[in-house]
Amino acid sequence: MGKYLLLKHYRGAPAAVNDVPMEKWAPEEISAHIQYMNDFAARLEKSGEFVDGQALAPEGTFVRYDGEGRPPVTDGPFAETKDLIAGWMIIDVDSYERALELAGELSAAPGAGGKPIHEWLEVRPFLHMPPTVTE
Amino acid sequence: MNLRELTPSVIGILVRRGADFAAAEDAVQDALVEAVRAWPDEPPRDPKGWLVTVAWRRFLDATRSEAARRQREERVSEEPPAGRAPEADDTLQLYFLCAHPSLTAASAVALTLRAVGGLTTRQIAEAYLVPEATMAQRISRAKRIVSGVRLDQPGDVGTVLRVLYLVFNEGYSGDVDLAAEAIRLTRVLSSVIDHPEVRGLLALMLLHHARRAARVAADGSLVPLAAQDRGRWDTTVIAEGVTILQAALGQDRLGEFQAQTAIAALHADARQASETDWVQIVEWYDELLRLTDSPVVRLNRAVAVGEADGARAGLAALAGVDESVPRYTAVAAYLRERDGDLVAAARLYAEAAVKAPNLAERDHLTRQAARLNAARGSR
Repeated sequence: MGKYLLLKHYRGAPAAVNDVPMEKWAPEEISAHIQYMNDFAARLEKSGEFVDGQALAPEGTFVRYDGEGRPPVTDGPFAETKDLIAGWMIIDVDSYERALELAGELSAAPGAGGKPIHEWLEVRPFLHMPPTVTE
Repeated sequence: MNLRELTPSVIGILVRRGADFAAAEDAVQDALVEAVRAWPDEPPRDPKGWLVTVAWRRFLDATRSEAARRQREERVSEEPPAGRAPEADDTLQLYFLCAHPSLTAASAVALTLRAVGGLTTRQIAEAYLVPEATMAQRISRAKRIVSGVRLDQPGDVGTVLRVLYLVFNEGYSGDVDLAAEAIRLTRVLSSVIDHPEVRGLLALMLLHHARRAARVAADGSLVPLAAQDRGRWDTTVIAEGVTILQAALGQDRLGEFQAQTAIAALHADARQASETDWVQIVEWYDELLRLTDSPVVRLNRAVAVGEADGARAGLAALAGVDESVPRYTAVAAYLRERDGDLVAAARLYAEAAVKAPNLAERDHLTRQAARLNAARGSR
């Protein structure tokens, strides 16, 4: 039992099989894609495995502390950042194998030509509370 | 008597009156909610009778349609008259049903906490850090899966023990203390079934629970067994655990939980870490290996061998353990350090920290690596 983050990258993951940028899809293909994602989340909620799903705006700003009494320094956005996170889904499943299975299904979301994108999703386990029994 | 303790027997009574398990469970939940609201002003003289009456009314309301009523009447006529089966059996059957092998571990845990433990869906969701809607679906799905299971079938007590062990190991987050709840549920189970492994698990939980205050430092960091302030162990709880373990061992049907508990009892018996009887602990690990042959047990045995016969012997025992077992690297680091190889130990601690399955362990292992690196004057 455990929680996993399914991480979707704009950039930084290996190239998808059906690697056509979304703005070049037909409008109904975009609708079909969004429908697939919503259905997927709804199905996970029904199976009692859904925790959270969020999408991020692609543009971000870097911020850091700049010393006592000074406003934080900002930098960016950097158009050329190598790794860019598009969004995530958090699932709570019985096994690592189940997490992989669900990530595989999510990666089959339809893209250009109505065919699966086969995009690479990153699966990361959550660190959790230490167990009570330790020896 | 705690309100929630009445849950399993009230569900049992509804089921014997002809309600199916899923509907009975829903009705009893409703009655519990109602009790929390009404009892402070008007405490009933017979709490259980009150719950049965209210839950039964809820059940009838929920299944008021004609078809449902007819079905129910047919079923009632086939059922044995109420009061025939003793209450203890109802409770035991509920444990079996909620831990049914057709359920996944997460579903069995959730269903047990609700139907046997009487917790609300929200409390369970908070304890497991998932949305309430998700937990509600998980529970109703689990109820659907076991809906065809007859309540009078004897189950496997081993599956029930595994579920209770999972609950105990989850510790506590949210407003429910899952470790205490697991102890309560295991206590009830041990009062309705005479089984040495049930006693073994109850004793195991008590012995670990007794050390809870000493396990975590004020800053939230983990304190390993050897470094714990043993004055903070709860000796009353330890004594209870040891007594229960002895009764279990006296039944002469050794099992995994009893052997594991014997090890915990030997730790509890040492007033200082240096007084630990590691030779006996290794013997119990050998016993455990005969019972389970699990790689995790092999790994723990290597630690014990390292304490009993020296780090070299521990490393030799470790050589026979599968390297992919969780915490293998952490054990290797510890034994290397004991063997005086501080360079390798520091590197292995750092490596183990990256692989740690939880934050407290990762922090602990990172500190170990930092301690060794600092001692060598390298940064």
